[in-house]
Amino acid sequence: MEDLTKILRSHPFLSDLDDIYIKQIAGCASNVVFRENEFIFREGEEAKRFYLLRTGKVALEINGREKGRIRVLTIGPGQILGWSWIVLPYRWHFDAEVLEDVRAIALDGECLRKKFDADPKLGYEMLVRFSQIVEQRLNVARIQLIDMYKRG
Amino acid sequence: MEQMLQNIDPMIPLRMKVSRIFWETEDVFTIELEPEDEALSKFKFKPGQFNMLYAFGIGEAAISICTDSSKIGAFSHTIHRVGYVTRSISNMKNGDLVGIRGPFGSWWPVEKTEGKDICIVAGGIGLAPLRPAIYHIFKNRKKYGRITILYGARTPGDLLYRDELAQWNKKHDVRVEITVDRADSSWKGYVGVVTTIIDYAQLNPANTIAMVCGPELMMKFSIDELMMIGFPESSIYLSMERNMKCAVGFCGHCQFGPYFICKDGPVFRFDYIKKIFDIEEY
Repeated sequence: MEDLTKILRSHPFLSDLDDIYIKQIAGCASNVVFRENEFIFREGEEAKRFYLLRTGKVALEINGREKGRIRVLTIGPGQILGWSWIVLPYRWHFDAEVLEDVRAIALDGECLRKKFDADPKLGYEMLVRFSQIVEQRLNVARIQLIDMYKRG
Repeated sequence: MEQMLQNIDPMIPLRMKVSRIFWETEDVFTIELEPEDEALSKFKFKPGQFNMLYAFGIGEAAISICTDSSKIGAFSHTIHRVGYVTRSISNMKNGDLVGIRGPFGSWWPVEKTEGKDICIVAGGIGLAPLRPAIYHIFKNRKKYGRITILYGARTPGDLLYRDELAQWNKKHDVRVEITVDRADSSWKGYVGVVTTIIDYAQLNPANTIAMVCGPELMMKFSIDELMMIGFPESSIYLSMERNMKCAVGFCGHCQFGPYFICKDGPVFRFDYIKKIFDIEEY
């Protein structure tokens, strides 16, 4: 069985986190595999976990009603899938469909939130990291809105 | 500036014949040209240079050359149909004549960067001016390290050279990543602006030269991302494509700070122009 602490340490999201915190987080971690065309989660479902992608590709999509399904972002290896587990009411805002078989580490949201309550420094370290992810995704969304390929 | 055809007046267009014209996307087409005037049979250019294309009786437009620079004589242009001249060219048929002045301008540093890793970052029609550099690198593959091509477009329907893109991965030991800003569920590639795949590509900024071309806003965001991951400004090259008229530095239309894009560019090393990069085109 793979050592989860080693895998967590090797993921870019946690690569610079202190060992003591890695060990705490490992208690909430598990290996998961999802197959192509599977849905990891659906819009509106409870956001119980987030995922550190190791391999594969996931598409975030929304139901565009008469416009069909709209793909808004893809997530690949080394990236994070999901932050709704940390923000009330802990509900997913998109569907996550697997485009290429995914191997990931799943981290249980409730388990982590309890650990953050017990050790606020751990909570702070994780929140700083998630803030960076949220900022990156917000910037990407803003650039998409600008439509930078449109002339004039 | 690369010396043009010997003894040819750079203000007099020579004639090329349309041999083929076809649509890449809804509003972008490629025109293949063969020499009509004997002097053009020896035409050669460097990757990144441009011609002034003259629709006789209509007007001229500056368009990058998008074919293999090792071939002499015939060449192609991929053109966005956006104005009076380009619309006129798009309506041409096989056998019609187009005026050519060129080649003009600076070129991608494909020889100076041998031994390095290369990262090509293209957005939309920006892939066209980079394609000759890509061909040169493919033809001289052993002279370079890791090659990464990152290409973004608005939608899958806006991607250029789709058949070729699919082959580059397989044939030339290069990594090709393509992303679109938006797509429906039939698209199996990446979705997200091109900056998202810059980070994903895990480049080595210490030994990589980046060549960037696309809409200026796309270049700005891409350059910001490259520098954020550690690229020095001197390792980034970009192609500025603004309003050019004479193409030989006389008229001043393409003045860009202390430079003329037609003869000091269009390819610039970013540290030379970073202080004037945000100057808007008038």
